[in-house]
Amino acid sequence: MADLKPTRDGFGEALVELGKTNEEVVVLSADLTSSVRANWFREKYPERFFDFGVAEQDMMSTAAGFALCGKIPFATTFGIFASGRAWDQIRLSICYMNLNVKVVGSHGGISVGPDGASHQALEEITLMRVLPNMTVIVPCDSEEARVATIAAVSHKGPVYLRLGREPFPIITNYKGDYRIGKAVTMADGSDLTIISTGIMVQEAMKACEELKKQGISARVINLHTVKPIDKDVIVKAAKETGAIVTAEEHTVVGGMGSAVAEVLAENFPVPVKMVGMKDRFGESGEARDLMKYFGLTSEGINAAALEVLKLKK
Amino acid sequence: MNRPNVDQLKDIAKEIRKDVLTMLSEAGSGHTSGSLSCIEIVVALYYYKLQNDPKNPKWAERDRFILSKGHTCPTLYAVLARRGFFPCEALMTLRKRGSILQGHASLCTPGCEASTGSLGQGLSISNGVALAGRLDFKDYRVYCLMGDGEQDEGQVWEAAMTSAHYKIDNLCAIVDYNKQQIDGWLSDVKNIEPLKDKWAAFGWHVLEVDGHDFKQLMDAFDKAEMVKGKPTVIIAHTVKGKGVSYVEKNSVGFHGTTPKKADLEKALKEIEEGL
Repeated sequence: MADLKPTRDGFGEALVELGKTNEEVVVLSADLTSSVRANWFREKYPERFFDFGVAEQDMMSTAAGFALCGKIPFATTFGIFASGRAWDQIRLSICYMNLNVKVVGSHGGISVGPDGASHQALEEITLMRVLPNMTVIVPCDSEEARVATIAAVSHKGPVYLRLGREPFPIITNYKGDYRIGKAVTMADGSDLTIISTGIMVQEAMKACEELKKQGISARVINLHTVKPIDKDVIVKAAKETGAIVTAEEHTVVGGMGSAVAEVLAENFPVPVKMVGMKDRFGESGEARDLMKYFGLTSEGINAAALEVLKLKK
Repeated sequence: MNRPNVDQLKDIAKEIRKDVLTMLSEAGSGHTSGSLSCIEIVVALYYYKLQNDPKNPKWAERDRFILSKGHTCPTLYAVLARRGFFPCEALMTLRKRGSILQGHASLCTPGCEASTGSLGQGLSISNGVALAGRLDFKDYRVYCLMGDGEQDEGQVWEAAMTSAHYKIDNLCAIVDYNKQQIDGWLSDVKNIEPLKDKWAAFGWHVLEVDGHDFKQLMDAFDKAEMVKGKPTVIIAHTVKGKGVSYVEKNSVGFHGTTPKKADLEKALKEIEEGL
């Protein structure tokens, strides 16, 4: 079994790298420093680390102040508090001024597990992608989280980075070729395309293998950047495979699947099935059990694939 | 810039007051009475205290002014224009499509330091600007003007704790305490008293002044600069709608409305005569 690592670890490692290479980087935290892995940066660069206590709104607007002076702040907390509690601050203090703030929401998705619905962020993609100027990134493994964090610093403007708590295998292998906004085709296929983001890319890859055994050729796309969305890759997949399954550990209301459907509806409509949370809250449980219970697994994707193939002309 | 004396500042405030009313009347919408209450505060800052350069608005060493009560931007715009950040003719474009003067304070205005309008965010932004200055070993100071109704916002107090915790002494906050908000008197809508004790309890050095008295404002800004190891807040007691009798009498009504063109002449005359 390959080493398991949560995406938050790749983020924490990248912060330490950035601390060394970019003196404008500052890290802000709201009492969840170790949980979001900002503690590694704090240990090395304490003068550039600021804790706000349990005050996410204050943290976001303060990050804006730093950015107004040329700093590159990472404002870190859990996804639910970043995207929900401080939404207005992100909207006005950060996005309206188009400031170079990197908002980092860890503990995204149902895989947060036992903490239950209050802490399982299932709405951040929706809440963040509606904001003008915002870039939304959801890494699928720890390595992708690391390179995405470094890429976020080179990208001028607000970025939302969605991270997770649960460890998963490393399935990507970037050689300096990670590009924000450029989706990655993980497996080629001709019968349908699975467009996935975050840890659901891992499940999509498993589903692809299962489908192969059933004689179905599935393309798998890792849509690590939900906004700006890679229209070309999505339209090409629709034209070449004629059916789409989307998979996200997030509500299907306004999430990544919706973003894909918007592109398809305007450019090349084909049947779509969405795997994700179906407009409901989560609940307590072990991460993998919850993913299974809510159908956020390769089996769930497999079933959606068979359904969408029935709709395909 | 030659720093004007108190009599000259009073003359400048008169001109700004006339600008603000004329702009708002021309725009046909906007926040009149709260703009009038903070004129002496903003004039004292831009003509007496702030080190800045209208010809180089992004000068890295400049003192910063953040208008957290972003709805009273007409006062800021008039002061920025008269200080030379942009031509005074632009003032008549307030709130019109394509204008550099948006309905609430916005970065698109030369000299404006932050976009605001959703109350409660300016003090946090100011903390960030002040801490960045400290990291870069710059000795600029940051001034943040808040409204009194704005004190209702929880984020103000989150930020107040941050300023005190990080001993942000290159920061001076000002509360435009005109005692009224949209729904009426603060004491009826939501009592914020004891305001002085609250700020003191949050670890701030607190000064209280008459917010229309230039001598008191100038002294307070000078004193604030001397306070080390903690932030300073100046509670400026003001009159909502100050300087125009019919606005003062109906200051809540004029929170979000503007003088009709016919009433403008009366207001300008009053201001000129110093009633």
